[in-house]
Amino acid sequence: MSQPFRLAGGLTDRSRPLVFRFNGTVLQGYHGDTLASALLANGQRLVGRSFKYHRPRGILTAGPEEPNALVQLGTGPAQEPNTRATVTELYDGLEATSQNHRGPLEWDLLSVNDWLAPFLSAGFYYKTFMWPKSFWEKLYEPMIRAAAGLGQLSGAPDPDVYDHGFLHCDLLVTGAGPAGLEAALTAGRAGARVILADEDFRLGGRLNAETYEIDGMAGADWARAAEAELATMDNVRILPRTTIYGAFDHGVHGALERRTDHLPGANGKPRQILWRIYAKRALLCAGATERSCAFANNDRPGVMLAGAVRAYVNRFGVAPGKRVAILTNNDDGRRTARDLQAQGIAIAAVVDTRDGAAVVDTRGRKGLRSITLKSGRRILADCLAVSGGWSPNVHLTCHQRGRPVWRDDIAAFVPGPDLPPGMSVAGAANGALTLAAALKDGRDTATHIVGNLGFATSNPPALPKAEDEACAITPFWHVKGVKRAWVDLQNDVTTKDIAQSHREGFGSVEHLKRYTTLGMATDQGKTANVLGLAVLAEASGRTIPETGTTIFRPPYTPVPIGAFAGRARGKQFRPTRLPPSHAWAAENGASFVETGAWLRAEWYVRDGEKGWRDSVDREVRMTRESVGICDVSTLGKIDIQGRDAAEFLNRVYANPFLKLPVGRVRYGLMLREDGFVYDDGTTARLAETHYVMTTTTANAGLVFRELEFARQCLWPDLDVHLISVTDAWAQYAVAGPNARALLSKAVDDLDLSNDAFPFMACTACTVFGGTPARLFRISFSGELAYEVAVPSRYGDAMIRGLMQAGEEFGAVPYGTEALSVMRIEKGHAAGAELNGQTTARQLGLGRMVAQTKDAIGTVLSQRPGMTGDGDLRLMGLRPVDRSRQLNAGAHILNPGDQADLAHDQGWITSVAWSPTFGHSIGLGFVRNGQDRLGETVRAYDPVRGKDTPVEIVSPHFYDPEGARQRG
Amino acid sequence: MHYSALKIFLEGLTGNRGWGRVWREPEPKPAYDIVIVGGGGHGLSTAFYLSNEFGLTNVAVLEKGWLGSGNIGRNTTIIRSNYLLEGNQPFYELSMKLWEGLEQSFNYNAMVSQRGILNLYHSDGQRDAFARRGNAMRMTGAGAELLDRAQLEKMVPFLDYENARFPIKGALYQPRGGTVRHDAVAWGYARGADRKGVDILQNCEVTGFDIADGTCTGVQTSRGAIRAKKIVVCAAGSSSRVMSLAGMRLPIESHVLQAFVSEGLKPVIPGVITFGAGHFYISQSDKGGLVFGGDIDGYNTYAQRGNLPVVEDVCEGGMAVMPMIGRARLLRMWGGVMDMSMDGSPFIDRTHIGGLYFNGGWCYGGFKATPASGYCTAHLLAKDEPHPVAAAYRLDRFRRGVPIDEKGAGAQPNLH
Amino acid sequence: MIIDHPLLGPRDAAEFVVKGDASLIDRPDGLAEGAGDAFHDYLHLRDNPAGVHRELWYHEHGDRSWLVVTRNTLTHEVLKVELARDAARARGRSR
Repeated sequence: MSQPFRLAGGLTDRSRPLVFRFNGTVLQGYHGDTLASALLANGQRLVGRSFKYHRPRGILTAGPEEPNALVQLGTGPAQEPNTRATVTELYDGLEATSQNHRGPLEWDLLSVNDWLAPFLSAGFYYKTFMWPKSFWEKLYEPMIRAAAGLGQLSGAPDPDVYDHGFLHCDLLVTGAGPAGLEAALTAGRAGARVILADEDFRLGGRLNAETYEIDGMAGADWARAAEAELATMDNVRILPRTTIYGAFDHGVHGALERRTDHLPGANGKPRQILWRIYAKRALLCAGATERSCAFANNDRPGVMLAGAVRAYVNRFGVAPGKRVAILTNNDDGRRTARDLQAQGIAIAAVVDTRDGAAVVDTRGRKGLRSITLKSGRRILADCLAVSGGWSPNVHLTCHQRGRPVWRDDIAAFVPGPDLPPGMSVAGAANGALTLAAALKDGRDTATHIVGNLGFATSNPPALPKAEDEACAITPFWHVKGVKRAWVDLQNDVTTKDIAQSHREGFGSVEHLKRYTTLGMATDQGKTANVLGLAVLAEASGRTIPETGTTIFRPPYTPVPIGAFAGRARGKQFRPTRLPPSHAWAAENGASFVETGAWLRAEWYVRDGEKGWRDSVDREVRMTRESVGICDVSTLGKIDIQGRDAAEFLNRVYANPFLKLPVGRVRYGLMLREDGFVYDDGTTARLAETHYVMTTTTANAGLVFRELEFARQCLWPDLDVHLISVTDAWAQYAVAGPNARALLSKAVDDLDLSNDAFPFMACTACTVFGGTPARLFRISFSGELAYEVAVPSRYGDAMIRGLMQAGEEFGAVPYGTEALSVMRIEKGHAAGAELNGQTTARQLGLGRMVAQTKDAIGTVLSQRPGMTGDGDLRLMGLRPVDRSRQLNAGAHILNPGDQADLAHDQGWITSVAWSPTFGHSIGLGFVRNGQDRLGETVRAYDPVRGKDTPVEIVSPHFYDPEGARQRG
Repeated sequence: MHYSALKIFLEGLTGNRGWGRVWREPEPKPAYDIVIVGGGGHGLSTAFYLSNEFGLTNVAVLEKGWLGSGNIGRNTTIIRSNYLLEGNQPFYELSMKLWEGLEQSFNYNAMVSQRGILNLYHSDGQRDAFARRGNAMRMTGAGAELLDRAQLEKMVPFLDYENARFPIKGALYQPRGGTVRHDAVAWGYARGADRKGVDILQNCEVTGFDIADGTCTGVQTSRGAIRAKKIVVCAAGSSSRVMSLAGMRLPIESHVLQAFVSEGLKPVIPGVITFGAGHFYISQSDKGGLVFGGDIDGYNTYAQRGNLPVVEDVCEGGMAVMPMIGRARLLRMWGGVMDMSMDGSPFIDRTHIGGLYFNGGWCYGGFKATPASGYCTAHLLAKDEPHPVAAAYRLDRFRRGVPIDEKGAGAQPNLH
Repeated sequence: MIIDHPLLGPRDAAEFVVKGDASLIDRPDGLAEGAGDAFHDYLHLRDNPAGVHRELWYHEHGDRSWLVVTRNTLTHEVLKVELARDAARARGRSR
């Protein structure tokens, strides 16, 4: 396990060796390595294959901008595709495999694409695969899809946990390079609440990669000291391994902190934390990214960015090659040569394009062997360090559609004037490309910001001394030639593609991106976009700023979907609301069903019952014959009080409400302002100025919202107040011929006789010897029925008390299914009928809508399309052959008509098997249904392969006169 | 230039130097028979069908930016004809039929890929609502199957059947649903219209309408005045802005819909899948990226970007329904500005101003409608009567009380 | 986004629900002549400006206040936040 390319020095910990595997081979690295540096230390230059041509690829960079060195990390459910080796912290036992090849990495079968390249130019797929037509779906596309994509998901659920967190600060500093550290120190010393975030596991940025000195000490040591000082400040929070991935409205920043990715296992701890950071001000010190130049075969393993070469040598103590050539268009070339020489690495050549020199080609199929100069001279080299200049990392400045502007002197885009509000930029990200300038910019900008926030920065220590090294650049973008020169390495976009795209009229930058896929790969073109723009500018004879600009969308680097979701998955996807009788129901054989946020009992299983129908039939039968009890607490309950409460109700309900006496309940029909039915329920008048309204379960929150709108926005001076009391009261329906007898045992001192407490009466009372309660005589089942409410804390005791009191009558608990069967038998509308598309008239409630008052929805309910002939009407339906089952969702057709939408006569909304009638029944909307009683039509249900003759009947199957509920 | 495999082969041998412009870049003429405002999907398809089906070629398409810079290049590329209401379903089925013959009709491979769409259901009520919809689809010949859980599990085994907060009970399946390469649709229509002589004018922003005596006779643009016998505005996302230049207020609000794509992955999702208990839908592109989205942000906006709560909501939906995507990384998020109408349905209609027509209000469903929208708009312009399948898309439907409200959400745009 | 609630201070926009244009405060008189047309326009037609927009936000996960937020629809900058009840009174609404 030798590391033939390991050098002396650097910031890795040689006392802590780590063992890892790449494509099954066991290799060694050190604590402080990235996977990329460890691979290079072991001489592994070939790391993956490119997207389209399957070209052999190595490591280009030492940071998040890496386009080539993507690996699959781990195996099994935790396997992680497309992971950048350059930012993957090495840990013991790490397993990585290369991606995007058929057969072994060295002998990829699909590298045949490289030979076919002339026929695979930009957008070739838009121009072919069209003949014969059927081949696209059957042959061409499946082939393309199988070849596409890079890494692979395991297909198993992500086993890790992700957390979400919220942080607040005065100043968020993004990036802990020299500018960021100096800024954080400045703001921290002034007393501001600072968050300093850096994506790296070691603070310092380029200070760790270069041989800079600050205040006479090594740059990396200065960074260490700065970190140590910041760590002593209570008002500063340092977040290493944390990427600020997006800048959103009003200073909200998204951050991803990697907590356990660098450890062999998560041990149950969150893998990552997605922070939402609320920052009064933000300071972007994200540094700059180096770019390459385009020349023939510039994509071979061994061709690296010069800054990355220095990072591997200086920070990681790894030689990227034994004989390194340098290609540069700026003063960084000299720095690279110096650093390599200091480590005793041979310099093959320094090619400075400012001297008119250039690299025109390279050789070496699976790794660089030589470069060819313009003069035709070939120079042996196993590494070529390319410096095409630096592009400030303006990404976050673009997240609110800010546009960077071109600066000729540094040949780069810098942040434009339209920054996200509250954001400033300092250091290399702002175009301050020398160390001294970056430190000063960080200091000055932070001073200005904290001053604005009201913090004093008196007596700051002297600005750290650092060199103001030369960074002169003469842009050099690309060497023209007949061979392919890569711009976007991952997506295999070459200068030829850009030229062709321009010829075909895709001359705007956005067209170029879309047509060639330039900048659309996992690296989002961090090293490619400016180069691509320059090549396009050249092709079109314009300057770069005339050609366009490069903008970026969030996220800055890719963020796992699991992190965005956090803990909201599986059963925790959404909160679960449990009605007050839940524990009792669970003890008593309930089967539960999700209804919106609630978990409700759908039926209760008893010994000997073979299926759910047995349970439901029994519950219905027992309720109709004796008495049943159902938890109806999920219905929305709104407490309405005030001198104008009656007036308010009269305006929000379509039917009259001014004259409801105290002690009485009324059915209320609520419309939306557009005149369609919104909701229904009952409202009880408990006292002169005190009402309680119920809504449907589904609309509880929505109705409350609209009532508050009416109260606050439409009639702000009505004396009325609303409180949602849904969760405050446990409410049980007690229904059936023995309901009165049962309740007489539960309710204290109240005459429940029909005269004293008739249908639609209500009162406050006590139950079981003094527990406060409310009693309503209302019926959804059509039986003699009551609803009794107690404060929620007594809900559990109440169901137990009621069941005990009901024992002598054989009382049954019933669930939502029996509830539904009984309401269908009774012809009451529920969710399937109150679906927001229906009118009161269609529900058979048209006459309830009072025309003499200005209630919500009254006016627009009278539009011609809602009052004309041929309207739908809610009807009852039953199969002509009583043994057949109906299905909701079947359409209604006239016998003999063609089955198309033009002949559609309506549809079935709800069905039930009625134990009361012994056959299937249904409700449904039928065109002109009210005039078609007794007619036979078809229930047409092709998705379930059924076509059933049904008879149109009254929707009120059960006790249409209502004698039972009034009895 | 006719595109074919042979052409690619010959060009490949000669260095790909012979490819010409996909569409011309003409100077505006002073007058046209028809001016189409908006060089997005609907404007370009209108131009294509006018010139290729209705024989009208003295036509210009005016685009304020670059061609296809609106929602045609920002959507999640899904096509389907799985609507419920009579006003909608036949229209979307026409669109599906046009998609199916599109590539041959404009000689451009837009990669129409009918890998199927699955709408998951999570309760009996939802199943029945889907049955009603599926039956309506069958009645227009769109094809639909109602799958139970066992059938679904066979097709997509990776969903969270066991541990879901809202149990996955089955799905409505339209085998003909799928995806299309969105940018290529714009380019293909542009090329097809251009080849018939339609002028496509980029960087040509309309700054006013010439209206006299209730009739519109032309437009003022950043490239000069252009006269026209008929003018149609196809600028969804900016409809209110453009139509306000003609003094009109519309039953439309502008909202942002975000969309997301992951890093490229080997094929893992077979077709389109939509979650029925949250806001999430997903497909996988030919390049391997998971393309997904969810609900609109909910506030009026013209900024083509959204905010974090919806990003998280969408990813929560994704993890709830298919927790295998946790380790796929979200690569890019973006937003498109939607014309959200008062009932969630679009408009293809004349206005009260003579010679001025309007196409808009597509909400987040405009992409799949692109071919039929263009076809029906061309029909309306060419024959001055609505195409039967688009006859319900009138501007006065709220006055008449016949909204086309698929969701039953009422006259509040951000609820559709 | 952050909404600076006049009573509660800055709150995350996720706590709110948006209804739309603040002109929804100006509900017509349903008993007046021509109420049908007035209600049609009131409920359905929008200025939908690209720029400054007054709109109704409801603090659903908070104190249940309806707010009128004045916000730029191009930049999302919030220019003003008022209690809708105050705004409604200022528009002449009372009982």
